Amino acid sequence: MKRQIPLIIIITLGFMFVAHSFIPHKISTDFFDWYQDWVKAVSPFAVSLGIMSLFMVHGTKIKRKISNWQYSVITLAGLVFTAFAGFMWGTQSGTPYMWLFENVQMPMSATMFALLAFYIASAAYKAFRARSAEATVLLIAAIIVMLGQVPLGAMISKWIPESSTWILNVPNLAAKRAIMIGVGLGMTATSLKILLGIERTYLGGGD
Amino acid sequence: MFETISNFVAAFLTLSIFSFLYKDNPFYKFAEALLVGVSMGYAIPLVYENVFMPYVYTPIFLNHKFIIILPALLGMLYMFRFSKNLGWLSRYPIVFGMAIIGMSIPMSLHSSVLVQMRSAMLPIDNINTALIFIGTVTILLYFFFSKAHKGVYGKVTNVGIWFMMIGFGASFGYTVMARVSLLIGRIQFLLGDWLGLIK
Repeated sequence: MKRQIPLIIIITLGFMFVAHSFIPHKISTDFFDWYQDWVKAVSPFAVSLGIMSLFMVHGTKIKRKISNWQYSVITLAGLVFTAFAGFMWGTQSGTPYMWLFENVQMPMSATMFALLAFYIASAAYKAFRARSAEATVLLIAAIIVMLGQVPLGAMISKWIPESSTWILNVPNLAAKRAIMIGVGLGMTATSLKILLGIERTYLGGGD
Repeated sequence: MFETISNFVAAFLTLSIFSFLYKDNPFYKFAEALLVGVSMGYAIPLVYENVFMPYVYTPIFLNHKFIIILPALLGMLYMFRFSKNLGWLSRYPIVFGMAIIGMSIPMSLHSSVLVQMRSAMLPIDNINTALIFIGTVTILLYFFFSKAHKGVYGKVTNVGIWFMMIGFGASFGYTVMARVSLLIGRIQFLLGDWLGLIK
């Protein structure tokens, strides 16, 4: 029963939502509004689960003095201090909380993504070394699109920005459209598997 | 003075992360650990202000809609995820939140399949619309695994691979440009805001 009742809930509510999509009746709309109110009241507790999980993982590392445990202290200190700053002085512009966002969080996350520029360049080099016709097509398309986005491309030839636009609007559109159709069918199949109780991994292990 | 200190902190953390380009080192590990903690800490007051207060606290304590106590209690069942004996209770908030996938079936069918198919079924009146049609069909055939990709069918699916490679190349180019623009932003910060070498 520990697995069956949750399954009954998801199947019942899930099919009610399928019906809601096709029947725009007041009862159906009221049901959807009720669900939205309730699910919003449930959601903050999911965040507290994440916080607890982070504390448990890093707390265990610190307690057992696992290698590099010192960095876990930094993670927890950063979490506690930032959250404290938000609760203590508010989240408006000019507060210590926003100072932490602007001078700690934002520069670091932007740099993390900027780092990827170097690794993408290395990946491009590896792709070019593959020397297959498909890899060459990929790289040529990438170079044309990249040059087409910057003034340098137009300076080399006016043909480059035009080709870039054509690549984006024709072969790229065909690829994106076909992949989108595949993704849509995959999402529908997975959702149906969950609704029909075939896919149950989200319930976790145990009884 | 305050701005100088702020820029120094941001520059130190920026350089700590860039130091990973040399190799994994304590400065990078420090910045990485701090980023995880600060990002999570940043989310907590926002969730409290934008979700907990308007949808839990205000309805219960200010508007006296005591029925909201029920979803709040349901949400608290998440905490049992860590219990060996009562872990099964955490399935209730999970399934309650997941039930919305019932709506995703018609929505994903509509937006990802039907709308895309409708857009693909246009009159083939020039070379570009013909290429888009051929590309879409051959890629879809490539992902049809119930038939071996051999002979004429294999050649047709091969055309799909070429279309996909051009598509991936375009996405790759776009991603590179986005990352490079972020890199330029960080270099501008280091050389301009911090060191004052560029205006």
